[in-house]
Amino acid sequence: MSTATADAAAPSKDGILSHARHIVSENPVTGVSFALFALFLLAAIIGPFIVPYDPLASDTAAALQAPSAAHWFGTDQLGRDIFSRVVVATRLDMIIAIASVALVFLAGGFAGIASGYFGGWTDRIVGRVSDTIMAFPLFVLAMGIVAALGNTVTNIIIATAIINFPLYVRVARAEANVRREAGFVQAARLSGNSEMRILLGHIAPNILPLMMVQVSLTMGYAILNAAGLSFIGLGVRPPTPEWGIMVAEGASFIISGEWWIAFFPGVTLMLAVFCFNLLGDGLRDLVDPQRRT
Amino acid sequence: MFRQIAKRLMTAIPSIIGVIIVTFLLTRVLPGDTAAYFAGPAASEQAISEIRAKLGLDRSLPVQFVAYVQDLATGNLGTSLTTGQPVIEDIRARLPASAELTLLGLLISILVAVPLGILAAVKQGSWIDHLCRIVATAGVSLPVFFTGLLLVYVFYYILGWAPAPLGRLDFFYTSPTTITGFYLIDSLLTGDIEVFRAAWSQIWLPAVTLAIFSLAPIARMTRASMLAVLASDFVRTARASGLKPSKVVMGYAFRNALLPIITTLGMVFSFLLGANVLVEKVFAWPGIGSYAIEALITSDYAPVQGFVLAMAILYVLLNLAIDILYGLVDPRVRIEA
Repeated sequence: MSTATADAAAPSKDGILSHARHIVSENPVTGVSFALFALFLLAAIIGPFIVPYDPLASDTAAALQAPSAAHWFGTDQLGRDIFSRVVVATRLDMIIAIASVALVFLAGGFAGIASGYFGGWTDRIVGRVSDTIMAFPLFVLAMGIVAALGNTVTNIIIATAIINFPLYVRVARAEANVRREAGFVQAARLSGNSEMRILLGHIAPNILPLMMVQVSLTMGYAILNAAGLSFIGLGVRPPTPEWGIMVAEGASFIISGEWWIAFFPGVTLMLAVFCFNLLGDGLRDLVDPQRRT
Repeated sequence: MFRQIAKRLMTAIPSIIGVIIVTFLLTRVLPGDTAAYFAGPAASEQAISEIRAKLGLDRSLPVQFVAYVQDLATGNLGTSLTTGQPVIEDIRARLPASAELTLLGLLISILVAVPLGILAAVKQGSWIDHLCRIVATAGVSLPVFFTGLLLVYVFYYILGWAPAPLGRLDFFYTSPTTITGFYLIDSLLTGDIEVFRAAWSQIWLPAVTLAIFSLAPIARMTRASMLAVLASDFVRTARASGLKPSKVVMGYAFRNALLPIITTLGMVFSFLLGANVLVEKVFAWPGIGSYAIEALITSDYAPVQGFVLAMAILYVLLNLAIDILYGLVDPRVRIEA
């Protein structure tokens, strides 16, 4: 029995691998984005242990130095090493992005599946909530939420999750709606599964791949949004290293020519967003060949 | 047509109600005790409860909501602690600066993105198509505040083509008489070319920053929508009948491709109104975005709430305008509705 399942599973797994290899070989950019993603993850995990300087230690003798062999990305107005700060900041930025996306994945995904599967009042209430969120310019709503809930990193995560909620609901709802009367759902219902069990055990796994694409597509936006909020002084407080706030700190030095303070965190932020967007496109190609552009 | 517009207006009402409920909720969940906050750190227990009664915070939520709506109806958004002015006055005074910047940014963006998208679709696979794809991918990845700073560095510090990023007008010049509130238009209306030039030199860099930001979705949508239309039967027929290529592309295809592009504008506005806040901070632009940021930093909540509400209502109205524009561009929508 177990060997039979293994045999049946083996070719399909191989199929996915070769399909992945095909996607990467056809579009090398996807390969690059996967490598970049691995690099960011590595920096987030071991970054604080490998950086050459303490990201918080100021050294006024070495303030405002241009990039050099000793300070790859230069130093800021307090003499802190920008390279170390950029690397250490990766962890916080990733935590914000991953936590907010995980939150909205669970909440928005569940609300969307439920509204697509049950229809009726569930659908109307979830739809009304998403419409109301969409009635706001999203960044402005995030500002308002953080201002109201309090100026903390946790609230930035919550605000970013809330403004992404309608996107997840839309994808999950459409996919669940298509499958509500599918053969396997009817079979599950006929064999006596409860509605909740069908929802979570039968429909949710089916739409998981598409939701994962949505995750990586919104991840870039989540980072951008969080960095924007901290750029205007919300959430992350100095001297904590974070890309958005580092760009804000360097902003006043741009007009006097000290470009490196804002440039390197900005470029890293841009690369991270770029990487997630490409990753999302690549994953979509892998999961849903019909929507390839 | 008027019935059509009236019908559209009705569809905006639930959105506005939703927006008002959300902003009301945001005013109620202020960190800690709202009354204690407004009373200041040194207030006594009695002063706090007086303020609570004065703000109506001791009443039940539905009653508070009615009072809130009444305040809104009379244009009372509270008073800013920092400027000492009613919030609605501050917003009214600063809104033209933001509107001028955002609209100019959008205009530049449309002027670049739409032709780029059309060319990319017509010459699919050519270098211009690749350029379009690069612009579309890079545009969505660029943090708008970072683009702004880069442009300041290049055009102010290195090239010296733009003045220092410090507001709408250099302090040598007095602002033109307020007619529309848009410096560019007002200075032209009063015939003051000097001021027009000064205002232009200040605004073009932030406007380009916003344009780069909104370029991507418009170009991408133009390309996709043109590709779909160009592959359709009626375009093939038009070509087969020997019409000039320019006539086929602009007269037949583009008119039909416009609809999805206009739909995208709604989303673009959502991004633009948010990006506007960041760009205003980078360029010290005296609009409502930097007003909200200043208020946020000093924990002055009434302006922030007023700002969120004003932006949301503005956005609902913009979407309404887009819907109406829809009917004007495509007669089919008019008939169906």
